[in-house]
Amino acid sequence: MKMLEVKRLSMFFGGLAAINDVSFAITKGEILGLIGPNGAGKTTLFNVIDGFYTPTRGEVFFKDEKISGLKPHQICALGVARTFQVVKPLQRMTVSDNVVASAFLRAKTKAQAEGIALESIEFTGLADDLDVLSKGLPLGKRKRLEIARALATQPELLLLDESFAGLNPTELNESIEIIRKIKARGITIMIIEHHMRVIMSISDRIVVLSYGEKIAEGTPKEIGNNPLVIDAYLGEAQSA
Amino acid sequence: MKRFLPLFALALCSVLPVVGLNSYAMHIAILVIMWATIGMAWNLLGGYCGQVSFGHAAYFGVGAYTAGIFYSKLGLSPWWGIPASIAVVLLFSFLLGFVVLRLRGPFFALATLASGEVMRVTAENLDGFTGGSLGIMIQERTWVGKTWYYYIILLIAAVTFFLVRKLMQSKLGYYFLAIREDQDAAESLGINTTLYKTIALCLSGILTGIAGAFYTNYMGYIDPNVVFALHDISIIAIMIVMVGGAATYWGPFVGALIMVLLAEIIRSVPGLGAAHQTLFGILLIVIIIFLPNGIVGDSKKLKRLFGFQRASS
Amino acid sequence: MYVIRLEVFLQTLISGLLLGGLYGLIGLGMTLIMGVMKIINLAHGELMMVAMYIAYWLFVLFHIDPYLSVFIAAPLLFILGVAIQKYLVNPVLKVESILPENQVILTVGIGMVLANLATIFFTSDYRSTPVSYATNAFYLSDFWKDSPIELSLSVPWAVSFVFAVVITIILWFFLSKTDTGKSIRATAQDLDAAILMGVNVKRMRVVTFGLGSALVGTAGCLLIPIYYLYPSLGGQFTLIAFVITILGGLGSTVGAILGGLILGVFESMTSTYLSMGWAPVGRFVIFVACLMFLPGGVASLLRKKRVGK
Repeated sequence: MKMLEVKRLSMFFGGLAAINDVSFAITKGEILGLIGPNGAGKTTLFNVIDGFYTPTRGEVFFKDEKISGLKPHQICALGVARTFQVVKPLQRMTVSDNVVASAFLRAKTKAQAEGIALESIEFTGLADDLDVLSKGLPLGKRKRLEIARALATQPELLLLDESFAGLNPTELNESIEIIRKIKARGITIMIIEHHMRVIMSISDRIVVLSYGEKIAEGTPKEIGNNPLVIDAYLGEAQSA
Repeated sequence: MKRFLPLFALALCSVLPVVGLNSYAMHIAILVIMWATIGMAWNLLGGYCGQVSFGHAAYFGVGAYTAGIFYSKLGLSPWWGIPASIAVVLLFSFLLGFVVLRLRGPFFALATLASGEVMRVTAENLDGFTGGSLGIMIQERTWVGKTWYYYIILLIAAVTFFLVRKLMQSKLGYYFLAIREDQDAAESLGINTTLYKTIALCLSGILTGIAGAFYTNYMGYIDPNVVFALHDISIIAIMIVMVGGAATYWGPFVGALIMVLLAEIIRSVPGLGAAHQTLFGILLIVIIIFLPNGIVGDSKKLKRLFGFQRASS
Repeated sequence: MYVIRLEVFLQTLISGLLLGGLYGLIGLGMTLIMGVMKIINLAHGELMMVAMYIAYWLFVLFHIDPYLSVFIAAPLLFILGVAIQKYLVNPVLKVESILPENQVILTVGIGMVLANLATIFFTSDYRSTPVSYATNAFYLSDFWKDSPIELSLSVPWAVSFVFAVVITIILWFFLSKTDTGKSIRATAQDLDAAILMGVNVKRMRVVTFGLGSALVGTAGCLLIPIYYLYPSLGGQFTLIAFVITILGGLGSTVGAILGGLILGVFESMTSTYLSMGWAPVGRFVIFVACLMFLPGGVASLLRKKRVGK
């Protein structure tokens, strides 16, 4: 089944087309990578899918229901969660409170919310930092907090925006593990990333954006050898 | 022990009039408790939900005038104004919130400041309805002594305190804080920020309005420049929370105590009275630079300053 | 009947435009401060009040014409603005606090102190500077002997307007042609880029606050021949400055001028055809309407036209 379908999506800011006539679909359970040079419109695409922008043209469908034009909180309630490229921790709240706040979306009582939150925190390996104020966390843990928060809303589709940027190799491996675990739970994932090796190794398929337009779509192997993509972005042939 | 502090404090306060304070001291106590209520109300919207209102006088005044108009136009006892103000201020807050809550940060602050002033001008101009600048005077005083007024405002303050505390420990509390910390992140986590900001504003408004209705009954006279005052109501509400400590449960009490006492001291020292705005202004500036989280919020900083804690902690 | 209606309308329009010129100057100061420093200065009106008292005392003690005291008051206000920025605003910006609107609260405190000090030193009596030409006016019939309608242009109003226009033009040149001016605009448009380009951002901020204060101080001097002075007049002018800034578009000098003119005409019209008492309400309505429907102000309309979309 098509989890997410983006049909002829365009986003204009004034006279500038940040996204121009982009279409693709994501099947349930797969990991779709979104790559492209800086300024290609990747985060803008996330912002449109997530409801922060209403598309100038085109539509977004989630499980065959139109979501373009809805507000972000409504889209989250339907089952789409996201992380932000520049992490947005709820700074003066503890790690636990951060996740409990998002768990309240599905929980009926506070006890239930705390339960969901704890599970999410343990899943992302932050159990030792339950009572730490999130503004005191190092970057790697902040990124995992973003993921924990998003997971606490029990999404069916997770949008990850550069969750690997700025991580050291150990943190990188931990994060990749978390992504695999998320996939194992049946959650569909769309991930923006610049880290080529990472995205080639975990994605089932990849969509490439350049200057707001989709220039390629396919398996990592196909993308790695696509001359258009190499020209616009990769520089040299990449192996999966 | 800490859990019982509020009940203990409430018990203490309840016994106070029996101890036999004179009329002036009772008046001060009533003012402190009334301002603590207004402070707690403001704190709910500002300290916990992050929407800094510069126009809380609007809610105070609407509540006050509800009580006043019940008396002057409907011939009823102004005490009916207290329960009535809940409905009236709810409607008012909802409508005002619809307009101003779309605005963020400083623009929200400005819009609320303007709304307080607009209410003042409106009350002055609609003199057929409100009595204009002549205000409303309540001829019959319900009680001669201050004791019953004290217990009423104490009840209002206690309800407010426990309500705010209960709220902040619930889902609403988490949502308010999330909105304060990062509104966009909150939206993306499924929080209907417009709805919850409106709830915070309406609750904050209603509690302030009840204090206003009480004020009409206690003081017996209101006019637009008193109850819709920018500097004497809206700014004082902010100062109480700032001095006491934003986003704390006890901050508004500490702040109200200090501000009321300070105002009385300034008023009693001859010559100083004219400078009270200057002194308050300087206090505001000092607090905002050195003690922005108030006495309760920055208690660690204060302790260090007075040498009660080693600097390394 | 038609002639009188036309006369009233035109007279109101002219008064509005003249008022608008002054308003534009007040708005310019604020839009600069808001644009460059992203600071909401709620003491803007009080700064103007300070300048007006300076002009008043120069007039009463030394018989200096208010228009000339611009040259004294403006520099003094500049210094005052710089001092406020350096010693009060900058420390606040560094402070970490729960309440996000610290600097707004700070400026409220500053405004309170200034207004109250003025009350203490000068009492709340209304003051005015009755210059000799205060009641002089230019009449349309002086120039057009057979005109069917009579229009009058009060001399102080006209002089203030001309002054305001001249200063606005000078400011415009300053901002677009000089290095300092361009640095200020750079800081307003993109702070990080400005830093990368080597702009001394700290100094620009200080200069801008000083400049904004000097501008509003100038407006004060131009206003005092026409208006009554009292310590608490600051508040309404702060609101006016905000309405103009939002109406014109944050950070846009052209917008501030247009916003000032629009507001001036609007107020003139409502005071002729409705009543004066509702002026603050009218301003609030415009303010909120702009924030809700036209957040970029008039400037964004102009920009749209240029881009052609």
